[in-house]
Amino acid sequence: MSRTLRYREALNEALREELRRDETVLLMGEDIGVYNGAFKVTEGLLAEFGDQRVRDTPISENTVVGMGVGAAMTGLRPIVEIMTINFSLLALDQIVNQAASIRYMFGGQVQVPLVIRTPQGGGGQLGPTHSHTWESLFLHVPGLHVAVPSTPADAKGLLKTAIRSDDPVVFIEHERLYGQRGEVPDEGEEHLVPFGQAAIRRAGDDVTLIGTSRMALTAWRAADQLAAEHGIQAEVVDPRTLRPLDLDTIVASVRKTNRCVVVEEGWPNGGVGATLAALIQEHAFEWLDAPVVRVTGADVPMPYAKSLERAAVPREADVVRAALSTLRDV
Amino acid sequence: MFAAVMADHPLPDAGVATEWLQAMHLIRRFEERASELYAQGRIGGFLHVSTGEEATIIGSVRALRETDYLVSTYRAHGHTLARGSEPGRVMAELLGRVDGLCRGRAGSTHLFDGARRFMGGYGIVGAHLPLAAGFALAADRLGTQDVTLCQFGDGASNQATFGEALNLAALWSLPVVFMVTNNRFAAADAQDKESSTKDLVKRAKGFGVKALRCDGMDVVQTHDVTAEALAVAREERRPMLVEARTYRFRGHSAADPDEERTAEQLEEWRRRDPLVTFGDRLVKAGILDDERRGWLDRDAIARIDEAVAFAEASPEPDPQTLADDLYAGSGR
Repeated sequence: MSRTLRYREALNEALREELRRDETVLLMGEDIGVYNGAFKVTEGLLAEFGDQRVRDTPISENTVVGMGVGAAMTGLRPIVEIMTINFSLLALDQIVNQAASIRYMFGGQVQVPLVIRTPQGGGGQLGPTHSHTWESLFLHVPGLHVAVPSTPADAKGLLKTAIRSDDPVVFIEHERLYGQRGEVPDEGEEHLVPFGQAAIRRAGDDVTLIGTSRMALTAWRAADQLAAEHGIQAEVVDPRTLRPLDLDTIVASVRKTNRCVVVEEGWPNGGVGATLAALIQEHAFEWLDAPVVRVTGADVPMPYAKSLERAAVPREADVVRAALSTLRDV
Repeated sequence: MFAAVMADHPLPDAGVATEWLQAMHLIRRFEERASELYAQGRIGGFLHVSTGEEATIIGSVRALRETDYLVSTYRAHGHTLARGSEPGRVMAELLGRVDGLCRGRAGSTHLFDGARRFMGGYGIVGAHLPLAAGFALAADRLGTQDVTLCQFGDGASNQATFGEALNLAALWSLPVVFMVTNNRFAAADAQDKESSTKDLVKRAKGFGVKALRCDGMDVVQTHDVTAEALAVAREERRPMLVEARTYRFRGHSAADPDEERTAEQLEEWRRRDPLVTFGDRLVKAGILDDERRGWLDRDAIARIDEAVAFAEASPEPDPQTLADDLYAGSGR
């Protein structure tokens, strides 16, 4: 059985269940306790679990992540909330040079079961230091897992898997998804979504749309529009985790539809679409009837004005146009 | 003044004192041999030796319990040897061999011996201060009595992690001792060119961390002061800082030239060589005779010979193992 929850409530439930299940789970972050989190994801957790397990931190991102790494190396399963992914850049040394490398560089003697939860994305008129999308940055780094849930059910199931992972996970939420509702399996049912398993949101034979994070929903809505207005059946694939990546599902879909559009909110250069396009031509070149098309965020720092910000983030119409461009000869 | 300071700190038992000197000789001979191998091109990458810092290393590490955590910088050969790592496995790591502590993944810069709670050498200056606070956080949460000793150089005190980690450790009452080895040189710059406040004890106080100072060339004093700091951290559940004043005989890395030091300075510090001063003290106290003292050094040389032989006999890692240990359950 299931019920409807908001994305933030699903995340909250995952945290609560894992805090109850495992004494070594501990939360750290700015304003996560008394204030219940900048996006209210940690609501009520301080009251239930106390200030030893739900810890408000100073504004010291790099050191707080580093403490999470250290605590993870010595027996805890810390979850560090970074208020927005833009601030994770302050902690890149700890995330890349330490968390991602430690198991490998020390020859497998120690592990880092750390989760870094952080939201990305534009749409709130927060300007260039609070609106960017950095999933491709972490996709780049060996040793990390990267989760990009787009639905409440995945938010819960992937977060529980992340907390139980023995390796560091960059768990990327989206600021514009926190209020989204969706069906989530009932409490009491063990709901774990495995890493490296893409979801096919909608089946179709004409074109594959791959969307990450919020863009998974944009792609999904674009597919409905393609069907309603153009009679085109798009298959929508949500990778759910970028590391590990479920390449099999992506390649199988492209081999079926022979066309592919990748939709991401981040910048085009070195982005998710660039990586996926390369992988698809490596594994499905013979099956492609059109070049893989990327729909990305504009190649500018995120502007403030509403009209400019709208122009910088991909919308359904952009995806529809891109899909149609792959079908021109049909 | 030096002698007066020493007199304040009585020697430990003869057996203990002798073992300290022996361990100091082992580190010295290890570093000398490693430098030779590096000069011959048999060790790659960087090589940071701790020649001259043996008293700081042994004095502080001998103050630890077996279950305490020790964490260090890229200059960590001495720390891992002090913790009891087999010299052969340390040397094998330097040579990039499969029997190295980290199976040849780490090199001189990133040594780690988890079984001995030596929690690593770290290549990014100051990056391990947050980790140390994290070890202390875990120890505290798990209800153990384990304390973390975090070694770093004065250069790291200008990284933001210094202030952030001290602040958090004080704020959260964590059992960690930050030990700064002030060797008066950060990379190649003499310290007074890069720190507006040279007094690290004062800086620590600014973050709410009580600090002690010791003469890092005096193994007994270093031991006693570190032990005091560890006891405070363990019993009173709060961080401490220890500043050990010391000196580095060679350049920053074995590849760097000797920088900015006069012949007089070097001569002055060589007179303070901790192996000489501590050895003399043990002879004077009747704990050692010259013959036994000479044997300690010859034994260190023999152990390093064995270590080099072990390391050189160890194969290079198989390229097939390149992706081992990237994630849990991958390879191996």
